[in-house]
Amino acid sequence: MAHVMAVPQGAVTSAPEAVAEAQVIGVPKETFPGEKRVATIPEVVEKLIKLGFRVVVQSGAGDEANFNDDSYRAAGAEIVSDATQLWASADIVFKVRAPQEDEVAMIRPGQTVVSFIWPAQNPELMQKLAARKATVLAIDSLPRTLSRAQKMDALTSMAGVSGYRAVIEAAHAFGRPLNGQVTAAGKIPPAKVFIAGAGVAGLAAIGTAVSLGAIVRANDTRSEVADQVKSMGGEFVKVDYEEEGSGGGGYAKVMSEGFQQAQREMYAKQAKEVDIIITTALIPGKPAPRLITADMVKSMKAGSIIVDMAAEQAGNCELTEPNKAVVKHGVTIIGYTDLPSRLAKQSSTLYATNLLRLTEELCKTKDGKIDVNMEDDAIRGLTVIKEGGITWPPPAPKLSLAPAAPAAKPAPAAPAKAHGHGAAAAPASAKGTAIAFLVAAGLFWFIGAYAPPAFIAHFTVFVLACFIGYMVIWNVTPALHTPLMSVTNAISSIIAIGALVQVAPPISGAADRPEAWIIGLAVVSIALVAINMFGGFAVTQRMLQMFRK
Amino acid sequence: MPATLSTVAYVGATILFILSLGGLSNPETSRRGNLYGMIGMAIAVLATVFGPQVTSAGYAWIVGALLIGAVIGLYAARTVKMTQMPELVALMHSLVGLAAVLVGYANYIDPAASAGFQGAEKTIHELEIYIGVLIGAVTFSGSIIAFGKLSGKISGKPMLLPGRHWINLTGLLVVIWCGGWFINTHSISEGMTPLVIMTVIALLFGIHMVMAIGGADMPVVVSMLNSYSGWAAAATGFMLSNDLLIVTGALVGSSGAILSYIMCRAMNRNFVSVIAGGFGTEGGTPAAAAGAQPAGEVSPISSAETAELLREAKNVIIVPGYGMAVAQAQHTVYEITKHLREKGVNVRFGIHPVAGRMPGHMNVLLAEAKVPYDIVLEMDELNQDFPNTDVAMVIGANDIVNPAAQDDPTSPIAGMPVLEVWKAKTSIVMKRSMASGYAGVDNPLFYKENNRMLFGDAKKMLDEVLVALKA
Repeated sequence: MAHVMAVPQGAVTSAPEAVAEAQVIGVPKETFPGEKRVATIPEVVEKLIKLGFRVVVQSGAGDEANFNDDSYRAAGAEIVSDATQLWASADIVFKVRAPQEDEVAMIRPGQTVVSFIWPAQNPELMQKLAARKATVLAIDSLPRTLSRAQKMDALTSMAGVSGYRAVIEAAHAFGRPLNGQVTAAGKIPPAKVFIAGAGVAGLAAIGTAVSLGAIVRANDTRSEVADQVKSMGGEFVKVDYEEEGSGGGGYAKVMSEGFQQAQREMYAKQAKEVDIIITTALIPGKPAPRLITADMVKSMKAGSIIVDMAAEQAGNCELTEPNKAVVKHGVTIIGYTDLPSRLAKQSSTLYATNLLRLTEELCKTKDGKIDVNMEDDAIRGLTVIKEGGITWPPPAPKLSLAPAAPAAKPAPAAPAKAHGHGAAAAPASAKGTAIAFLVAAGLFWFIGAYAPPAFIAHFTVFVLACFIGYMVIWNVTPALHTPLMSVTNAISSIIAIGALVQVAPPISGAADRPEAWIIGLAVVSIALVAINMFGGFAVTQRMLQMFRK
Repeated sequence: MPATLSTVAYVGATILFILSLGGLSNPETSRRGNLYGMIGMAIAVLATVFGPQVTSAGYAWIVGALLIGAVIGLYAARTVKMTQMPELVALMHSLVGLAAVLVGYANYIDPAASAGFQGAEKTIHELEIYIGVLIGAVTFSGSIIAFGKLSGKISGKPMLLPGRHWINLTGLLVVIWCGGWFINTHSISEGMTPLVIMTVIALLFGIHMVMAIGGADMPVVVSMLNSYSGWAAAATGFMLSNDLLIVTGALVGSSGAILSYIMCRAMNRNFVSVIAGGFGTEGGTPAAAAGAQPAGEVSPISSAETAELLREAKNVIIVPGYGMAVAQAQHTVYEITKHLREKGVNVRFGIHPVAGRMPGHMNVLLAEAKVPYDIVLEMDELNQDFPNTDVAMVIGANDIVNPAAQDDPTSPIAGMPVLEVWKAKTSIVMKRSMASGYAGVDNPLFYKENNRMLFGDAKKMLDEVLVALKA
């Protein structure tokens, strides 16, 4: 861990001795043209300091996002005047955009950089970063399917902001209100909005458009999102073709030709009807799918709007021009790629929180030192370069029983946690098992040697039944433990059979048989057990009726 | 009906019972599972009644007894409140226990039953009667006491007699000694004395055992008695050489045993120490030895503020405990849940395995209140979600949300798995007062910075919260 030992060269000299050990998190001003976001905010600075880090912020870094130097200073950050000084003093650099040429040049060996990287799209950048012998965490490479990772998922938080902004941009450019009204001056029809792709951004767009009063339709190749679309108040438009489009990790996959044909027809139909189209379709590592053709644009009503949120990935619409709003065939096509940056304060806050959560994961000891633990699935996925070695793409995330991934160190895979309570806490020690086996063997030998054959037959049945019971019961879901008890209780009324055979056995009439006593005991038993039998099953049925979704 | 046919019917019944228990693996299939159980039982009873072992002389008796039992049983099943389920189950266990005792006695005084046995077979047969009666008697008296405790007729506090382990040990020795005596007797009247002595001791043992166990350990006791009622049926099966009884008894017995094990593990205690009774009563000074008593300020909260917090939350987890059952608050909880869900708040329930007084108690109560079961989750399923939760609401639970189980190795409940409500942004604990939970351990959760205390009766406070929410 080279970077742990690296003494920051340009460290602010007034720092007290005690904190000299703590690592320094540096937050430079974003240099990408038009980027207004900043990678951390004052509120988060305080929390980072609580984790034991020192925080250095470049002067003016948060200006565009409405966080001035004083607010950072008040939160405990040190302000440095220029980027050179910042990159020199930081052990860990938090950024929003991937490092630009000049920034790459300032990276020191052993330094850790956290930002969006998009390793698949930027192989050259990856090579350059690796050459600097740094460790790079690409926040976009987070394994999103891990529920633990959700708190760090900057793609999601940025997509939510973008979805909102896309609708606002569309409403801004659209010549009518989105909500329908009946006024003294005439009727205003509600705008019809079609949203292609119901991922995080799509859903946020649906919600925003619905709350502005528009009629919202949406489509996604993943049919399971239909419910989510409805829950946001949108209408799910199906493609008339059977194919499932989930490609893992919450993304869609490339669909078959037949499906694409049907999808094009559906889009063409929607294009004629709606006023606003917002497209959010992305497929990881591939150019965005071309959903809206030039012909479809031509067929749209004059004054319609298309917001292409995939503009950065070449766009979902053929006529999109990235970073621009253009009017073609009377349709305004908005291809802004900086939607989150247009809500810089909120995006920065969300992004800063994502990075804070990441820092907490990296620094579980809260001692101001990060540990890039490659055994941790989430961190493994994020780490695209480790101390100069490219570690992207990561091995497939370990699923319960998948073989241990060929990671740097083939550590023994943790025993998969089995369903429910099925797995014993830990395998019993060899000694314990041996003793148990010996005792059981002794017992079995004793029974086998002395018991009469009839008993052995019943004993066999008994032991096997215990095993069946053991196997069956472990599968019972804990939510149904009470019904389980009441049904087993009802089933144990089987003891009634013991009483039944005593009431009037065929051998009755023996000389000294106390008939009255036996019948009395048996009949009372039957009555008692019948309470149990009928009551038990009835109450179980009543209980189970209540379990519903 | 020939003997072979009734035997085949028994096999069919056995399979249906196994399917019945298998059906409970999932709420979807559980109703069919219960139906299988009913059909199996009907087949078993009919095959016996019309089988070779019952003559037509007994039909009147049998029908009469079944009718009486059926009326009482169905009435009880229809009228019982879901909060009383643990009591009902305990009471029903006692019936099985009593029936096992009666069947054992009836079998013993019937000379025809043991006519065919000689030598070792006779000894084994007598031993089977003896064991059947023993287990039946313990189940009977133990379940009666458990019923009394669960319904509040007997104090829920553990009753600890001085030298109780010695009393139990003496009882066991006397039982074994009587067993030796019983096997060596030659006539029925002679054998009656040791059998009766043993029965009395077994009854007393059952009472004593359950009396010594406190309220929160009840899930273990109820499932243990469930197990015993199964073993009693199995012992009766051996006595009567009836495989159906043996198999069914073994199924029920192992079911109860597994439940007891799951409950014990959920409390991180071993079975023997639960059955031995009391919590930390062995060393004299229990919780005081824990040393680090949490201290600090608790922050009370009003029901209006609670409503405010809930309204602004995105993710809410409700952790119910026995207090919710006592206050009968599950319907109000559901109303609040429904209201919040309509507002788009993600409300879920976190159920600790030993919450309540019997396994799965909370699930049944929530199901009764129409809470959909797919938002009612197990502890392991949502424990990692607390950090993303805005409000965690604890209703009438204490030990199962005690952070000391994780943080304080000297705590009596150290190592017990708990719901990590303190990791939520805000936790709200609804409680009557600051009294400690069953384990007698103070709960550091109450003093945490992000914890709020909502004092008062759970039902009343929740009603107020609901009104405030709707306002």
